[in-house]
Amino acid sequence: MCDTCGCTITAGNAHLTGVDRTASSATTVEVLKDLLAANDRLAQHNREHFDAHGVLAINLMSSPGAGKTMLLEATIRALRDRYRIAVIEGDLETDNDAARIRAQGVPAVQITTGTACHLDAHLVHRALHDLPLAGLDLLFIENVGNLVCPASFDLGQHRNVVLLCATEGDDKPAKYPVMFRAADLVVLSKADLLGVLEDFDPARAQAALRALGRDTPIIRTAARRAPALDTWLAWLEEQLSAPRALAPLRPLAGGLTASM
Amino acid sequence: MHELSVCQALIDEVAKIATSCEARTVGRITIEVGQLSGVEPELLARAFEIARVGTCAAEAQLSIAVPEIVVHCNECGASSSARPNRLLCASCGGYRTRVLEGDGLRLRAVELDVPQAPPAPLH
Repeated sequence: MCDTCGCTITAGNAHLTGVDRTASSATTVEVLKDLLAANDRLAQHNREHFDAHGVLAINLMSSPGAGKTMLLEATIRALRDRYRIAVIEGDLETDNDAARIRAQGVPAVQITTGTACHLDAHLVHRALHDLPLAGLDLLFIENVGNLVCPASFDLGQHRNVVLLCATEGDDKPAKYPVMFRAADLVVLSKADLLGVLEDFDPARAQAALRALGRDTPIIRTAARRAPALDTWLAWLEEQLSAPRALAPLRPLAGGLTASM
Repeated sequence: MHELSVCQALIDEVAKIATSCEARTVGRITIEVGQLSGVEPELLARAFEIARVGTCAAEAQLSIAVPEIVVHCNECGASSSARPNRLLCASCGGYRTRVLEGDGLRLRAVELDVPQAPPAPLH
């Protein structure tokens, strides 16, 4: 314990933190500030944009190849006559995914992140300027395929959906707890392969989610077979008719907590 | 490697504080990295070496505190320590828990070299 590094700050004394001037000209300013506060503020701004236009925003995350784009293609085909849908696509390179979405007859904006491993609220905000928000009901944000980094960045979405592909193994929630803790819904994708992937036990995946202190529902999809989308489409329609306001990934940080 | 993005956000915050206090240099920066924050302390420390170049924190040292995970049980009311992928109540085994500590990613303190008493801080 010391007076310089902040190790003495606890929930009980945080209100007492302030400027501590020592004998020299070295001064320690003690703060309790969320490092991603700037991202979180812009994420909240994005959320306000969505709410003002009555748009439900869903952040779709998974490892690469779990079937995010294919799920979106099938979802758009099933819902495009009843809802106005758009997609923001995040990838390191290429606009292949946006082209696949546009081929379904809905607007898509591709964000190419270069080497960045995740989307952030700034990138999404920039993409919103290229979307007709006023004419939308449902916006999917397909994050960069990655089970690590996207979990730390609030984009302004209302719901996080994480795909767990049947080929990936049922222990993914235990291996990537930060990502799976953030999920409002886990989609077990390519579930039609479960018959040949005998070592994937959906009950073990559910138990691994429970161990994260979550009772997140796991639903199964098989995007190549339309009937296997029913539960997913029903969940989406339920969200579309539900009140939108949901807490972001982390509570928004305040400014400096000290009254110095 | 989102640790570099986090470092850039960190240095932006430190720069704001240094400017508001009219500091000449920044010494030690202390941050808290929760085990459930999604950020790896070792990678963050390495990213900091890159991110600080040419900034007000060019000469700064980074101290990283990694607090123990603490969960509160909504069933029995107990608080207990936990592991990142096992956030169950240690008392009753229940899964309806809430993380009290361990998911934060915070700037705790900045040591500054200032010519005189600092002006009123940011809010």
